[in-house]
Amino acid sequence: MKRRDVLLAALALLVVWQIAAMIVSLPILPPPLEVLRVFFRELRQDLLVHFAVSLWRVTAGMALSVLAAAPAGLAIGGSRRLNRFFSPLVYLLYPIPKVVLVPVVILFLGIGDVAKIAILFLILFFQILVLVRDQASGLPPQLIQSLRSLGAGRRALFRFVYLPASLPAILTALRQSIGTAVAVLYITELSATKYGLGYYIYYKGSSLLDYPAMYAGVIAMSLLGLGMYFSVDWLERKWCKWKFVS
Amino acid sequence: MISIRSIGFAYSNLPPLFENFSLEISRGETWAILGPSGCGKTTLLYLLAGLRFPANGSIEIDGERLTRPRPHSGLILQDYGLLPWSTVRENVELGLRLRKFYGADGKHASHNFQPKKSVEDWLERLGIDTVADKYPSQLSGGQRQRAAIARTLVLEPDLLLMDEPFSSLDAVTREDLQNLTLSLCAEQRLTLVVVTHAIEEAVVLGKKILLLGAAPTQTARVFENPSAGTEGHKEGKAYRELCIQLRREMQRETA
Repeated sequence: MKRRDVLLAALALLVVWQIAAMIVSLPILPPPLEVLRVFFRELRQDLLVHFAVSLWRVTAGMALSVLAAAPAGLAIGGSRRLNRFFSPLVYLLYPIPKVVLVPVVILFLGIGDVAKIAILFLILFFQILVLVRDQASGLPPQLIQSLRSLGAGRRALFRFVYLPASLPAILTALRQSIGTAVAVLYITELSATKYGLGYYIYYKGSSLLDYPAMYAGVIAMSLLGLGMYFSVDWLERKWCKWKFVS
Repeated sequence: MISIRSIGFAYSNLPPLFENFSLEISRGETWAILGPSGCGKTTLLYLLAGLRFPANGSIEIDGERLTRPRPHSGLILQDYGLLPWSTVRENVELGLRLRKFYGADGKHASHNFQPKKSVEDWLERLGIDTVADKYPSQLSGGQRQRAAIARTLVLEPDLLLMDEPFSSLDAVTREDLQNLTLSLCAEQRLTLVVVTHAIEEAVVLGKKILLLGAAPTQTARVFENPSAGTEGHKEGKAYRELCIQLRREMQRETA
């Protein structure tokens, strides 16, 4: 995908938005230029703080889930015995929509950042675990055998085979989960906080009826998701060069 | 060099592949293990590589009982042996990196190992120095196998084990690599054990050919092929006659 095509697509979306705003012609759908003006004004006020808080929560949730799920997925995928033991458990837990656990997590962990990060962690953990496990268990046995014949024991296999083989799976899991993570972040920020883009959007839209500012929040949240998406792409290009050669 | 003594081996819930099977392989010999699919030839190679272990009996190499892959044996498989995320140079360096990773503990790596030739020397010797910075997916099948051979020889093994190493290559490349393998074995004074299902390949590479039939194998049927590796061997009468004889034997086994 070329950068120019992405820019053109963004421009096309803005045009559609402009046309829709002209047709609807109501305060609840302000035109994009006005929203952009407010966006930059709000940035100089407190939007940046809300953005930073949301970014911190979602980054912390993602980082924790990678740190926990990647080694767990590698261990389960790399050992037939562990796989047999844990897979039924994962099979049962994976499809449960973790969003429904939001009230439970808040009851246990309170209303602070810890609960919000924990919910993100719960969602991302299983996505990453399953992809990394499948990647690790799907490695050709010949690859493992030839490394073992070179003298690799369990530790070296993890370092030289399982970890690099799973890196694309970890990044794919992250890319797939960013949308969900940002959506859940929004939900968790609707209540019991005075910071974060979820709170900002809700407060500006529902309490102050300041629609351009509300849309500025929506743009900030979209940029948050988009920025993370691009970051994962960038990491993949940097760490998984072999996938991009032809 | 290699003593296989009365071994028995079976995969769980499957009929045995070897029963009370014995074989002696001397240093510097080139052996081909030939047989139809499912006869246990790859299993025998894995047993020699220390990646699988017999249920009874023993395998000794240089008087030492095999309990794990030994640092002086090199294994080359048909495919999938190279790390797809590493360049050719990184792949060839892998064995050395593994030895550094563990240190010279005598278990994963031999004590006081000082390679005589560098990675660059081997890349050049195998003719892959020009593709050293490419990834395996960018190479031809022949170049991939050259990289796999270089990776093994960097560690200066005394025993080279190969499992159908050239079966996915075209005829010209295959012949080229067969010749290269034989000259490297002579040059490095290696003992070679190569598994193949192709009669011609067995007769080209093996001065001794072990023919495996329907499992379980109990006795070693060995065919002598002293002219293997000599000039004009493939054009000679002995080559053709042995090919015909082996084909007949294999047909009888599978009939």
